[in-house]
Amino acid sequence: MAVSETVAATPPAATPTPPAPRRRRRGRNAAYWLYLLPGAALFLLVIGAPLVGTLYLSLTKWSGIGDPRWVGLDNYQQLLHDDVFWASFRNTVWMLVAMVVVPTVLGLLLAAVLFDVIGRRFKPRTAAALRAAFYLPQVLPVVVAGIVWGWILRPDGAFNSLLDAVGLGALRHDWLGDPGTALPAVMAVMIWVQIGYPVVVFMAALQRVDPELYEAAEVDGANWLHRFRAITLPQIRPETFVVALTCTIAALKVFGPIFALTRGGPDNATNVPSYFAYYTFFKKLQVGYGSAISTVLTLIIVVVAGVFIWVQASSERRDRGF
Amino acid sequence: MAVMLTPSTAPVTPARPVRDRHHRGVSRWMVLALVTLGALVMLVPFAFMLLNAFKSPGDYSSGGPLSWPTEFYTKGLRTYWTTVNFPLKLWNSALIAGSVAVLGVVVSLLNAYALGIGRVRGRLWIVGLFLLANMLPQEALIYPLYYVAKQVGLYNTQLSVIIIFTVIQSAFGTYLLASVLGTFPRSLLEAAALDGAGKWTVLWRVVFPNLRPTLAVLLIFFFIWTWNEFLIPLVMLIDNQTQTIPVALASLQGDRLMDAPTTNAGALISLVPAILFFLIFQRTLARGITAGAEK
Repeated sequence: MAVSETVAATPPAATPTPPAPRRRRRGRNAAYWLYLLPGAALFLLVIGAPLVGTLYLSLTKWSGIGDPRWVGLDNYQQLLHDDVFWASFRNTVWMLVAMVVVPTVLGLLLAAVLFDVIGRRFKPRTAAALRAAFYLPQVLPVVVAGIVWGWILRPDGAFNSLLDAVGLGALRHDWLGDPGTALPAVMAVMIWVQIGYPVVVFMAALQRVDPELYEAAEVDGANWLHRFRAITLPQIRPETFVVALTCTIAALKVFGPIFALTRGGPDNATNVPSYFAYYTFFKKLQVGYGSAISTVLTLIIVVVAGVFIWVQASSERRDRGF
Repeated sequence: MAVMLTPSTAPVTPARPVRDRHHRGVSRWMVLALVTLGALVMLVPFAFMLLNAFKSPGDYSSGGPLSWPTEFYTKGLRTYWTTVNFPLKLWNSALIAGSVAVLGVVVSLLNAYALGIGRVRGRLWIVGLFLLANMLPQEALIYPLYYVAKQVGLYNTQLSVIIIFTVIQSAFGTYLLASVLGTFPRSLLEAAALDGAGKWTVLWRVVFPNLRPTLAVLLIFFFIWTWNEFLIPLVMLIDNQTQTIPVALASLQGDRLMDAPTTNAGALISLVPAILFFLIFQRTLARGITAGAEK
């Protein structure tokens, strides 16, 4: 995503339209449609049509065999009274905390410290090595991460042994099996998975900031915290924005780690909409109901993305003084 | 996302003369200690994995997860390798991720050529649509895809997954390349047109060579993202012949045959390819990103 962020930060330049005769230009551009053809056809086949299909199925009752039976908005009505559905969205809010809020805030601090303190007062190599350690979890497939953590947090797993070893054996616990601790445990794993992404993006962003700004502030006697608030934060706002958006979307869609860690359990304590939809589709064979869950999730994601982009656009406009 | 760890292009400014006294003393060492501690905590799960991947089941049950292995036991690794037929899974993952990477880049390039250079009408909306498609939850597509794949005989084939991810990844690629090509120097295009080059020639002789570094980055992104994908392969690929590495590992997880050492061995070898690509591609990436940024 490093690239997307560069792109998002630089809106395409408004190239002046060449003063070519109008008719000729339109004729030339029309030929470009041919290049869009394969992509558009594939897009309609794999994304457009299935999306419409899901929307249609959400208005039916269907087990996947025979013909779907039209039920109108029944599925959505049922969703409103479904405790599991509400629980899954409550858990999504916690996922937003674990995958967006904590990693972004911690990532900002870590990146600033790594770049500003460790990169400068020690060797840049030290900063690069530490950054790699934070980034490593991002490299491994999330399902692999989920399986390893699932074993670590088992009653007989490594974490409890570690507690024993340091004399905290009284805290031994079935971390993922107890509805009271399952969600916090999953959140901790997600922070571990996610933290490297903001650290790396923010460190790259900090290289973009003019060092003279910091030097001037230092001469003026600003301490580290002052500089962080007055220079670092505003300067890397575009990257912060991209990180927040991509992490938010990822948190709303999270599936693999939940599947590998808890399958939504125990007792729906860690269920999330995407796992709930998967389970409803393929385990309960309630295709209509699963489609309704997916449709609601899709709408939420579209709205959230829309709000994000709108806020960014208007804050950019404000900056330019319009 | 797996790919931004550029090698030490890091900090630009050399350490400046000691102007600020508050950083000279113990405080900077305390900061270093704290951050290092954090980094070590991040690495602990990997250490657990390594420690237990080469331990015999007897050793594990007597000594527990933290004990040092009494022997270098590789049978867990070998059991996993043969029970899941790991080489086949590796091939499946590589085939799917590799095909998606190449096809996805080609489709992205064609789309972006029409949108960024051709500036066809309504292109902002089209680009927005592609971007949105990339954000959709896969649950919103999966059932119709699964159903149709079953009808047309593509269910449980690698081809189905390749087609689906080619489209999903190229949705992002189109968005990215269309913005990059929006700033493509018009003079180059006009010069080529004056020489009588057609659109097809311009695409491959002018646009493609200029874009190669960015395309390389996209190729790697697509490869790694597809390699790590889970939901769609989980639904589409149901038997040993077709499954990818993450799906194979996850479907063995419920199996009570998998003892802790085997689980760790399995996780460890599933992690190796990801780290390998990462190291191999790191250089390309660093170059690609810089080259892309210079435009």
